[in-house]
Formats: sequence, structure tokens, C-alpha cells
Amino acid sequence: MSSGVVQVAGEVVANRRVGAYQQLTLLAPGVAGLARPGQFVALAVGGPTSANLLRRCFSIHRVEEAGSDGGTVDVVVAAHGPGTRWLTALGPHDAVDVVAPLGQPFPLPAEPVACVLVGGGYGSAPLFWLAEALRERGCHVEMVLGAASADRLYGVAHARDVADGVSVTTDDGSAGTRGRVSDVLGEVVERTSSVVVYACGPMAMLRAVTEVSAAYGAVAHVAVEESMACGIGVCMTCVMPVTGDDGVTRMVRSCVEGPVFRGDRVRWDAFDGGVCRVPDDAVGAPRAGGH
Amino acid sequence: MADMSTTLAGAALPNPVMTASGCAANGQELHRFLPVSELGAFVTKTVMRDPRSGRPTPRMAETASGMLNSIGLQGPGIDAFCAKDLPWLAEQGARVLVSVAGTTAEEFGEVVQRLVASPAWECVIGVEANISCPNVANRGLVFACDPGSSERVVQIVRTRVPEGVPVFAKLTPDVTDIVAIADAALGAGADGLTMINTLLGIVIDTDLLRPQLAGVTGGLSGPAVRPVAVRAIWQVVAAMRAGTLPVAPVIGVGGVRTGADALELVAAGASAVQVGTATFNDPDAPRRVLTELEAELDRHGLARFADAVGIAHERMVRL
Repeated sequence: MSSGVVQVAGEVVANRRVGAYQQLTLLAPGVAGLARPGQFVALAVGGPTSANLLRRCFSIHRVEEAGSDGGTVDVVVAAHGPGTRWLTALGPHDAVDVVAPLGQPFPLPAEPVACVLVGGGYGSAPLFWLAEALRERGCHVEMVLGAASADRLYGVAHARDVADGVSVTTDDGSAGTRGRVSDVLGEVVERTSSVVVYACGPMAMLRAVTEVSAAYGAVAHVAVEESMACGIGVCMTCVMPVTGDDGVTRMVRSCVEGPVFRGDRVRWDAFDGGVCRVPDDAVGAPRAGGH
Repeated sequence: MADMSTTLAGAALPNPVMTASGCAANGQELHRFLPVSELGAFVTKTVMRDPRSGRPTPRMAETASGMLNSIGLQGPGIDAFCAKDLPWLAEQGARVLVSVAGTTAEEFGEVVQRLVASPAWECVIGVEANISCPNVANRGLVFACDPGSSERVVQIVRTRVPEGVPVFAKLTPDVTDIVAIADAALGAGADGLTMINTLLGIVIDTDLLRPQLAGVTGGLSGPAVRPVAVRAIWQVVAAMRAGTLPVAPVIGVGGVRTGADALELVAAGASAVQVGTATFNDPDAPRRVLTELEAELDRHGLARFADAVGIAHERMVRL
């Protein structure tokens, strides 16, 4: 196993509001040089005596390698629980323990093909430096950003800087096309002759993106948002059913084998009502009576 | 600096700090942060006979100073464990305490039989019989809730582990009288005890007004359960000191996050300490706990770790 991960005593450099979210810039020596788009950070919250023990995991939004101070990493956080509220309240020079980079990055195409990058809400966070990496390879890059409403979109202006074309959707029609990202994705894939789609956002969106991509002949790589306790592969809480190259489905850790999976390998049929069951044909699936 | 070595029923360890079963996978992931050979012992994820998918998700709920998990003993099965995980641990120079389980007493025996036959068996310093995992569909399968079931499992495991390699029975605090279960396990041949496993709990999601875990119940761990661990160790060690229970080493586990936490378990009578849930918060926790425990012993002027084991029983004010 690669040891391309570090645990460092990080420090907040900046914490600024971006739409409905907070963007945190953390001084985290050693992370920037190792990180690739699609990987994530696991942050401890509440300090060394915190009652909230579980790490909070966030896609890396951007990194900056720097000489003297060791580099920074940016994440986008929505305050919706005690951990994220603590993080979004941090100020400059506050300490945050950082473990990063973790997980598998988005695979980049060998050829300069056309790609579509799809983000739901602040799930778009990792897509901007992915767009830059793809355009450096000569890829045509379009982005589709969607959210429930205009204030929940993240990075539309930034997208116009890094992509060749940007489409916006909102459920309530307050910005862009009324509807879901999957409603407009097919048209974008077709118009650009894209063969690869990258997506990050809620599970239901990733499933829809995978289905539309397949219908239009593109391969979807999706970054999942499973809840994790550790982020480093030891707790076994973030598992989901994914089919391997051998055609066999296993409950795999989204923190180690993911968070990026080929969309057509994820067993979407197992997800329903906020629960993911173990498919009957998965390795070691429970017999009658369950585990 | 205190002498940190400890001996558990013949197994000599350079220091008393271990990982806890199910909190460190089988070492490779944690090794990126902490060389597994630096641990007193590496405790494996519980291995069963067959590959096992574990339970549906969500499997985890955060609680105040702890968490509830319902993993359901996911694992590759004993053959894959012997082919891949154990040889890797041996190559790193780790001392390994292998946690084993079965759905029946006979399955425990089969797992041990295949484990003992592994070419990497030499790195195994002990076997921990997990008779207390709460994450099974049938709570009746928690062997450690019943003295008779505990006895049958420990007997079969002890018979199949070669002489000279100690067997530890891991107990649950979710019983009326843990001393009675300890007595049954030691009577059946266990060389030592590991205390405690998680406590059975439920968290309700107050948005959805339903249990947060897909499996409904889970095991509570983390600093919130530490006083329960200290109490369980205390009761069992007090019975040993009173001569009503055979004397045997205790491995303490439950809510250890700092060296001072570890010292609590040690002072109550633990001869070694496992660090579990704290590792999720801090991958370096086992190593940090050892360093902090050394400092605690120095602060108390104790020259040897062994001098601290059970010390609270001597210093208790008798009324």
C-alpha cells in the first residue's frame, strides 16, 4: 500500500463565506505535493478533548504547493452538524489536525477527449482543479452544476474560468434551467461528443448521472459521499457494494477503494430510503437471519 | 524512564499498548502512520471461518464521546487471513494477538485449527476469543452472556491452540455478573481475559424518527464507556485478589484515548491496554498513549509498568 498520506498539525489560513458555504484554507505541510483531484482530507473536530471523535471527510477543493510554509489545502464545508459547525467557526491560526490525502483520485484519460464534470451543491468542490488538470491534457471540458436553489450552487463563476462551457440547473428554477443536472447532462454529452463524465454529489444524483452517461455512451466516474468514522480504512463503516473486474460484488470501503468509483460498477439497486443493504450475491452476504 | 515491558501468561511484550480488535483492520492501513512493530501487540480484526460481508449501512452513529457501530464482523475469512494478512504482519515484525470468532463453538475451533496451521503462525503471541461481539442478528449468539456457552467456546479454543501460546477470552460488560463469566472462561482454560467489548445501544435519528443504524442496534465504544471498563476490570481483579477467582492477566480495553486513561485501566488491574475507537480520531493514538503512559509512570515515580498494575486496589481508602 502506498504511504502517500500524512497526518499533520494544520492551521487555518483563511475561512471565508462562499454562497451558502464556508471555504477553509488550511496550512497542511506535505499534503499539496501528494494530492490529486478526487482525493479527500479527514479532519479532527473540536480539539484534543472533543466529544466528537469521528473524523469529518471533505473532498479537496484545491491545493497550493509553497516553498517555505509547506503548502495549503482548501475544502468547502456546509455547517449542518456539531463537527461542521465547529470547523466553519474557526479563525486564522486555529489548529486543525489533518490526515490527507486519502482515497483514489479521478482517473485521467490518456487521450485529449471531451469530458463533462457534474457537481451537485458543494459536491462541485473537487471539480475545478480536475477541470484544470484535464485542460492541461488538451481535453475539452464542460461543467454542469446543479442545486436545490441558486444559493446552494457552488462555484459557477469559477467554473466559467476553468471550463469551456457551463450549464446550471436548480430544482426551483431560481438559476439556470429548472430541473436536475441529469435532465441536461445528456444534451451536453451529445453536443460535445464526451466519452467521460466525472461527478460528485449525493448518491441519487450519482446514480442518475451514471444512467444518463451510459445512455449517451460515456463512462461515469463518481465520487461518493459515504459517512466515515476514520477515513483511513480501519473502521469499516463506509462500505458499499461495488462490482470488481472479476464481476463479483463486494462490500468495499469507499475511503480506500473509493471515493471515486466507475458509476457502472456501483450496485445502485442496493440503495433505498437512506439505507444500503448487502446484495444477496455479494461475497459473504448473510444467509437467512442476517449477520 | 520506566521499564514498560509486560508479560501476559508467558507472552513477553516490550510494552503494554495494543490496538483493539476491529479498530485497526489488519494493520496495513495503520502502518502508514505507525509502524505495527512498535506496538506491544497488534490485535487483528476478528476473523471467522468464511468471508463475511457484514451488515447494511448506515453502520455508524456518533454519540457523546463515543460511537455506535454495527459492522457485523465483516472480513475475508480465515483462509484469506492466513494467506495475506498474517504473513504481512509477520514480515513487519509485529507481535500478533489474533481475534477469532465463530457462530458456533465448533466454528471457533475450525478457525483456530486453520490459524495454527498457517506458515506465519510464529508471529502469533496469543489468541483472543471474541465471545462478546454484540453485532450479530441473534443476540443469543453472544456467548459471553452465558457461562455455559463461554465455557464451551473457550474449551475448544484452548484445546486447539498449542501449549505455551495464551488464550484470552474477550468479555462483554452487558451481563449481571461479569465475575461469573470470567470464572467460567478461566475454568475452561482461558489463560487471561480481555475486558471489555462494546455495550449494546440504539441511536434514534431525530430527523427521520427511526433508528439511525440500518441494523438497529450497535456496539457503544469510545471514552464514554471507559468507566464501565474500569469497573469490569476492577470487579474481576478484586475477585482474583480475594482468592475467589483464579489469578490471570487482564488486558484492559474501553475508551482509552490518553496515557492517563490507560493508567486508569492499569491501576484497576490491567496488565496491558488496547486502544480502539481513539484510533479513528487519531491514527497515531496507540503510540501517543504509550508515550503518555510512560510519562504518567515517571510522574508517579514508578520504575516499572508492572508496579502500576492493580495499584488502585492497594491505595483504596478502606472504610
